[in-house]
Amino acid sequence: MTENAIVVEGLEKRFDGIAALDGVDFEVQPATVFGLLGPNGAGKTTAIRILSTIIDADGGRAEVLGYDVVRDPVAVRRRIGLAGQYAAVDPNLTGRENLEMIGVLGQLPRPQIAPRAVELLERFQLTDAADRPLKTYSGGMRRRLDIAASLVPKPPVLFLDEPTTGLDLTSRNELWNMIHELVADGTTVLLTTQYLEEADHLAGQIAVIDGGHVIANDTPEQLKSQLGDTVVELGFSVEPHAERAMEALAGVGAGRVEREGVDIRVSSDRGARVLVDVLRALDAENIEPATLSVREPSLDDVFLALTGRHAEPTGEGDDTQPNDASRGAA
Amino acid sequence: MSSTSVSVQLEATRDRKIPFSLVRDTSAIAHRNLIAYRRIPQLLVFSTIQPVIFVLMFRYVFGGAINTFPIPYVDYLMPGIFVQTVTFGAIATAIGLATDVKSGLMERFHALPMARSAVLTGRTIADLTRNVFVVLLMMLVGFIVGWRVHTNVFGVIAGGLLVLLFGYAMSWVFATVGLFVKDPETAQAAAFPVLAPLVFASTAFVPSDNMPGWLQVFADHQPVSATANAVRALTVGGATAADVWASILWSLAILAVFVPIAVRLYRRAV
Repeated sequence: MTENAIVVEGLEKRFDGIAALDGVDFEVQPATVFGLLGPNGAGKTTAIRILSTIIDADGGRAEVLGYDVVRDPVAVRRRIGLAGQYAAVDPNLTGRENLEMIGVLGQLPRPQIAPRAVELLERFQLTDAADRPLKTYSGGMRRRLDIAASLVPKPPVLFLDEPTTGLDLTSRNELWNMIHELVADGTTVLLTTQYLEEADHLAGQIAVIDGGHVIANDTPEQLKSQLGDTVVELGFSVEPHAERAMEALAGVGAGRVEREGVDIRVSSDRGARVLVDVLRALDAENIEPATLSVREPSLDDVFLALTGRHAEPTGEGDDTQPNDASRGAA
Repeated sequence: MSSTSVSVQLEATRDRKIPFSLVRDTSAIAHRNLIAYRRIPQLLVFSTIQPVIFVLMFRYVFGGAINTFPIPYVDYLMPGIFVQTVTFGAIATAIGLATDVKSGLMERFHALPMARSAVLTGRTIADLTRNVFVVLLMMLVGFIVGWRVHTNVFGVIAGGLLVLLFGYAMSWVFATVGLFVKDPETAQAAAFPVLAPLVFASTAFVPSDNMPGWLQVFADHQPVSATANAVRALTVGGATAADVWASILWSLAILAVFVPIAVRLYRRAV
């Protein structure tokens, strides 16, 4: 049986009359990572909160492992782990106490709780800090504990809401490895992110979400094939220069060339090779850019390609809760 | 919980297991909140300093001007102090829950397969446990400043239980406040205007005889007065039944109103 682990159909949610989700559909296969990619306010967190039975949708339906999130919320809660922006830990408890509390409340059989906490503390490299209250933890340690907490009841489905926001590079890479391991063991992961790189690295399938709509649902490879793998950005001092450069670059068989004011963006799937072409073309016309950068495509590039506009936060209800400031970093 | 669907061979054990237990979840939450009191003793210290100052102020500053003949003022005062202490102490319930909402911990609780009301029962039971300690401490303070029990040890125990019951009821009032405002500072600010008339326009510190008629009506018919009068009757002596029943009924009525409201608000608190 290859039923989907998560099914979302026509999901709608409004906050104060503003649509945070406006008919969202997607499906997640078991033992895969599904990425919800979008800017702040796109509706990613709202989708996760509905799937984890924290809030109810206004329309549509959602299922986790065959259980409807509205009709069978307890069955869903028994099968999910949640970590991220709004899941949290108790600052007055130690790391171990936090995990053991979640073990009890997650209905893990009593004899399994303490060993499970030890195992997760070890895995997230928090053993040395296990018996210190969380107040003494750094932001990254807290975040790791938060994710460890979501794993205590061994959930077959894991929701990670922007799991690497605020993590340093090392912790981020560790977390990425851990997600790969979990999926190899059969866990289904739904993660939200603002970073194309992260979605690309982790997810087998990516839904790009914008203003409560899914505007693309593809494998990372297909998404990127629309973007190329390299972006060259050129800045000019005055618009006439930029216009001339556009003409010069028209001949470069590199992919898409777009201009916004004095800035030009060239996307290509030819790797760094495109830079040579670009510079040759400009040099032939004797044009010098004021600034130049080469980078991998970002969420913003995905948005430009899909919608023709930048990925700006829409700031509606969803990912920007008023009480953010008090959270996180120690 | 109907298992409408198929697909779950992943862990057949998940449904076979014990239904979650309100007692187990409540004790886990209560334990967690009591740890906070142990780790941050300031919480306890500051919540007891205020009533101690009240004892000293009323006993030595205002007391001389208050006529409670034939009872010595300190014996009149202390039962009022006990009630005042647990009443103001209930603000901690509001602050604690509002903090959990704000920190995001409440979201995590909502996504766990735990008993729905355990976050509230655990919180209020932790605050009840704290009150046991605080009331005992205030009794000790009372003895130091000359409070004397004219009845017997059972009167004191019964009085203590009445105070704790009333404090527990007030915890649910403030659970409601905390879940409604969802912000610790706001919860604290919202509490005083509600509590001040309840505690000061009462017979907790002064008899109602010299209040204006309309205020006297209020002061004689509200739960702080009822409980203070009951504890006074139990420790000074005299007829007790009417006051004790009034206090118990007030506390039960408050619980009957606020427990369902708080539980409903908890569902919507995130």
